[in-house]
Amino acid sequence: MIKVDEKGFYGKFGGAYIPEMLHPNIEELKENYEAIMASQEFQDEFRGLLKDYVGRPTPLYFASRLSEKYGAKIYLKREDLCHTGAHKVNNTIGQIILAKKLGKKRIIAETGAGQHGVATATVCALMGMECTVYMGEIDIARQHPNVERMKILGAKVVPATSGSKTLKDATNEAMRAWINNPVDTHYIIGSVVGPHPYPEMVARFQSVISEEMKWQLKEKEGRENPDIVIACVGGGSNAAGAFYHYYNTPEVRLVAAEAAGLGVLSGKSAATTVLGTPGVLHGSKTILMQTEDGQVVEPHSISAGLDYPGIGPVHAHLFDVGRAEFVAVEDKDAMAAGIELSQLEGIIPAIESAHALHALNMIEYSKEDVIVINLSGRGDKDLDTYIKWGGY
Amino acid sequence: MNRIHTLFETKKARVLSIYFTAGFPALEDTFPIMEAAQAGGADIIEIGVPYSDPVADGPTIQDSNMIALENGISLKKIFDQLKGFRAKIHIPVVMMGYLNPIIQYGMEAFCQKCKEVGVDGLILPDLPMQQYQDDYKELFEQYGLVNTFLISPQTSEKRIREIDENTSGFIYMVSSHSTTGAKTGISEEQIAYFERVKAMNLKNPRLIGFGISDSETFTTASNYSNGAIIGSAFIKTVKDSKNLSEDIQKYIQSVVN
Repeated sequence: MIKVDEKGFYGKFGGAYIPEMLHPNIEELKENYEAIMASQEFQDEFRGLLKDYVGRPTPLYFASRLSEKYGAKIYLKREDLCHTGAHKVNNTIGQIILAKKLGKKRIIAETGAGQHGVATATVCALMGMECTVYMGEIDIARQHPNVERMKILGAKVVPATSGSKTLKDATNEAMRAWINNPVDTHYIIGSVVGPHPYPEMVARFQSVISEEMKWQLKEKEGRENPDIVIACVGGGSNAAGAFYHYYNTPEVRLVAAEAAGLGVLSGKSAATTVLGTPGVLHGSKTILMQTEDGQVVEPHSISAGLDYPGIGPVHAHLFDVGRAEFVAVEDKDAMAAGIELSQLEGIIPAIESAHALHALNMIEYSKEDVIVINLSGRGDKDLDTYIKWGGY
Repeated sequence: MNRIHTLFETKKARVLSIYFTAGFPALEDTFPIMEAAQAGGADIIEIGVPYSDPVADGPTIQDSNMIALENGISLKKIFDQLKGFRAKIHIPVVMMGYLNPIIQYGMEAFCQKCKEVGVDGLILPDLPMQQYQDDYKELFEQYGLVNTFLISPQTSEKRIREIDENTSGFIYMVSSHSTTGAKTGISEEQIAYFERVKAMNLKNPRLIGFGISDSETFTTASNYSNGAIIGSAFIKTVKDSKNLSEDIQKYIQSVVN
C-alpha cells in the first residue's frame, strides 16, 4: 500500500524534521487540514474555484500525431491550460482557502523559476492577502518576467542571498521567515516536499489531476485505468497528482522522469534517484543529492522547475519499493521532445513537461497501450530558453 | 557522571554557554577557540557542526557555516581536531548541528566518536522529540550523551512539560520567535515568557539563547533562568579578530563581569 502513516512517513521516507520553533505551526496544520479539507464548505469553495477560476477540468487530449509517431495511444493531460500556465495553481488555491480557515493573514512562499511564486501571488490577489515570495538571487536574475508578474500581482519578492542563492535556499529563507512570523502567517509550499503534513496535503490538492484522468479515460476508452502514466519529477507535485489515484493500482505503470541535466555522470545533473542517497532536507527524510559529508549539492537542469536536489518523500518511497520506474532525461533530449511536440501537435510545452515526453523513448510499451503524459505546464515562460537553444 | 550534570549541580546561576562554528574563521581555529573560551570563563562550549542549509540560523551563523565549509571542515575533520582535547578542556562540551551531516557520518559512529573524544551532549535543532524517542534515545543514552531540546515562546505548556520529562541536561529556551542573531535586546513580551516558564518549576535547568550578546542581555536572561547561550555575537567577535585568544577572553569577561 502506498499511503502516508500517522507520523507522516511513506515507508522509510517523510516525517517532520523541523526546529522546535516550527512545531506549533506544523501541529496546527496537521490537526486541522484533514477536517477542513473534508468539510462541505471547503470543498464547495475549492471545487468552485478550480472550475471557474482555474478552468478545470483540464482536457485529456488524444494526441493522434504523437501516437502515430510512437506507436501507442497517447493522451496528454492538459495542465498547461490551467490559469497561470501550470498545475501549480491547484495547490495554491487549496492552501490559501485552508490558510483563510486557519485565520492566517499573511502568506509566504518559496519559488525557483517563479511558477509557484506566480501561482501563490495570484491566489493572494484573489483573496486579498499579503504575499511575500522568497526567490534565490540567481533565479531572480534569470527569471525576470516571472519576478515582474509577481510584482504586478501585488506580491513582494525577497531575494534569498544565502548558500547557492537558488530554490533550496529560497526554501530555507521561507522557513526562516516562518520561524520569525509563526502566528499570523501560512507558508504555502509549492511541491510535495517539506515536513509532514505538507507532502500529503499538496499531493491531495494535486490529486484532482488523476481524479479527472479516471473519468475522462472512462469516457474516451471505456476504462478508468491507463496502462502507463508519465510525469516529470523535480520535487514531484505534478507527478504526485497524476499518480495519486493509481498508487495502489499495480497494473498501471507509473513513470517518473527526472532531469539528467548535461548527463547523469557530468556533474551537472538533477537525477536525484540516480545520484542521491537518503538524508534529511527541508523537514523530511528523503533521497537527496549530497556530498559524502552530508552537505547538500547544487543540482543542474535546463528546466528551473526540476532543479531541486531532493524529491518528495512519496517519490523516494515509490522508487524504493519499485512502484514507479524512474528515467533520467538529459537537457538536449528534453529540448528536442519539446520542439517535437510543438510541431506535431501545436503545443509548446514547459521544458519540465518535455522531460516527461522524452520518456517515451526510454521505456517499453506496445501499440495497444494507453499512455497518459501529464503535460504539467506551458512553454511560454521558456521561450527564451527555446530561442537560445534553437534547432527548430 | 556527565560533566553537564556536574556543572549544574555546582553552578545554578549565570551559567554561560558559548556557541562557535567549527573550522571558522580558519580551519584549524576549532581547538584554539575552545581553549580561549574556557580561559575567558565560559561554562559550556557548543561546537557548531557546519551545514549547507541551516534553517534555524540567521545570516551571521549561516555565513560562518559557508566559510567553514569552504575552509574544508567536515565532521571527520572536527573529530580529528578534537582528538585529545580533554587534556586541556575540562568544562562540558556539546555538539550542535543539523541532522543530515550526522546521518551521513552514521548516527552510531557519531555517538561513539563523541564519547571517545569526550563530548558530553548534543543539540540537534531539526531532531524533534518524537523522532528522538522513536529512533535515537537509546543510542544517545548508551553513549552517555545528554540531549538538549529547544523550546520557544510558542511552545505549549503541555509540550514544555513533555520536553522537561525527556531531558536530563538542560533546556534551551529560544528567547523569541526568531532565527539566531535576528534580534538584539530583550522586550517586555520576552520577559513575560521567561517568567511564565520560570514559574513552571521545571526539573531541568534552563539556558536562554538567541538575542543574547552582552553583559546586559546576559544578566537579564540570567535573572529568569540558570544562564544564557551566546552564538551570533560570539561569531562576530571571532570573525574580525586579529588575536583570537585575547579577543575571546576579553569578550567573555565583558559579558560575565
